[in-house]
Amino acid sequence: MSSMPFYVSPEQLMKDRADYARKGIARGRSVVVLGYDKGIAFVAENPSRALHKVSEIYDRIAFAAVGKYNEFENLRVAGVRYADLRGYSYDRTDVTARGLANAYAQTLGTVFTQESKPYEVEIVVAEVGDSADDDQIYRLTYDGSVADERGFVAMGGAAEPIETGLKERWEPGLTLGDALRLAVDLLAKDPAGGASRTLGAGQLEVAVLDRERPRRTFRRIGGGLLEALLSPEDPTHDIPAEDEATPGHHDTLTGESPRDESTNPQTQRPQEQDGP
Amino acid sequence: MTTGADAGRLSAAYLATGSSSFTDFVGAHAPHLLPSRRALPAGSTLEAPHGTTIVTVTYDGGVVMAGDRRATMGNIIANRDMEKVFAADEYSAVGIAGTAGIAIELVKLFQVELEHYEKIEGTLLSLEGKANRLASMIRANLAMAMQGLAVVPLFAGYDLDRQVGRIFSYDVTGGCYEEHDHHSVGSGSLFARGAMKKLWRPGLTADEAVSLAVEALYDAADDDSATGGPDIGRRIWPTVAVVGVQGVAFRSDEQLRGTVEAVVAARQGNPGGAR
Repeated sequence: MSSMPFYVSPEQLMKDRADYARKGIARGRSVVVLGYDKGIAFVAENPSRALHKVSEIYDRIAFAAVGKYNEFENLRVAGVRYADLRGYSYDRTDVTARGLANAYAQTLGTVFTQESKPYEVEIVVAEVGDSADDDQIYRLTYDGSVADERGFVAMGGAAEPIETGLKERWEPGLTLGDALRLAVDLLAKDPAGGASRTLGAGQLEVAVLDRERPRRTFRRIGGGLLEALLSPEDPTHDIPAEDEATPGHHDTLTGESPRDESTNPQTQRPQEQDGP
Repeated sequence: MTTGADAGRLSAAYLATGSSSFTDFVGAHAPHLLPSRRALPAGSTLEAPHGTTIVTVTYDGGVVMAGDRRATMGNIIANRDMEKVFAADEYSAVGIAGTAGIAIELVKLFQVELEHYEKIEGTLLSLEGKANRLASMIRANLAMAMQGLAVVPLFAGYDLDRQVGRIFSYDVTGGCYEEHDHHSVGSGSLFARGAMKKLWRPGLTADEAVSLAVEALYDAADDDSATGGPDIGRRIWPTVAVVGVQGVAFRSDEQLRGTVEAVVAARQGNPGGAR
């Protein structure tokens, strides 16, 4: 016995897919991306030290995501490949967030209409500019729509009240400390109106694109430095200009072993900025 | 970069899981961008600029790599201020001898390869891992090497686990060999190696190792016409990278001027140099 062929209108089909994707995304915790005086900050509620929601894509470009981990991890890797290939075949300065956002939009859009299930993700691609006016923040949703955001964006389960809070309280030129405290305060609010939770440094994933660093500008912030930045009493309101002295991968700043300028490593000869 | 029905969409190669190698990705997605995938007309050779001598010396706590600045094409000096020593990543340096164009392209690919791995995996490759990645790139270049476009790099880095500087040398077939104490490649390498053999001793400081490397390059330039000596008139100094626990640092022109002038002055009336 063959089943009855049901007619489903394209409107209904798209609506069902959108509802499905939205439900998946709403289950996760939110991520806030906001500009501060010296760059762009990313704050995610994420107790995991290994499974990141915020990552480096290229020298001045970072990626933040909410939703299904395997799907946005796949998009992150694709973004790193896109950026590295473009930088390798043209020049490092030719890799832009706009180009990457377009490629993501096409990909998400095609998957939304053609594959059996849409990606349950929402992503932000941000690029830090020479001044705050040149910063770019693109928000991409599961169906491939792109929005060019100014200053801040929130996404994930309880994005709407956070977005409202940011509209009221964010202003250009905040210090990093103020920006992080604002983001954490909004992330901790209960969307149902109950009492706010307390979010400590251990439950947060925080990273920045620091305008003032040469070449690779992405740094994670953790440990004592993050606690100091989040504490309203502590005078620390920015990250140090130099990476840590601890040997190893220098993608994280913890404030535990500051390095002085004379020993900062060089990935290029000083007078040449563009490599061989 | 992609064309067809879904123009603009990231193709399947971008979304494929598994590999954290940039070279593998480029090989699958855009092979024409890899230096080793270019077809050459069979049986012909051509003349292209060649890079010459690179030396490396270990010291107590790291390794120094230095290269002269000359590229030659037959008996002509093709370039007198070319850079042949590069930082591969924060803890390693690579120097090149052989066909300059392909060598520089390989270095660029190697730098992206290491940074790509760092970003995808969130951690650094081990020093052996880096040396082996470079070996596979040289191996892929064998067909070109057989037509006269050989590239022979020298790789040196600080091993974060063992906390020492280590040197890896290569042959044109991609063989990778760990060298001890010091090593040299390129047309002047025989003379440089002789000098280093006599001057190197355990427990050198970084400054002594830099001075030793400059001395060895002087000896190479003394007997090999393709290696450039220090050019005091034009203020062209060798490229010198010091790789230690703090990472890669290039010596500035000002620092090198002092070292080179000291080496040259010590040779006045003493052409054999330090001993």
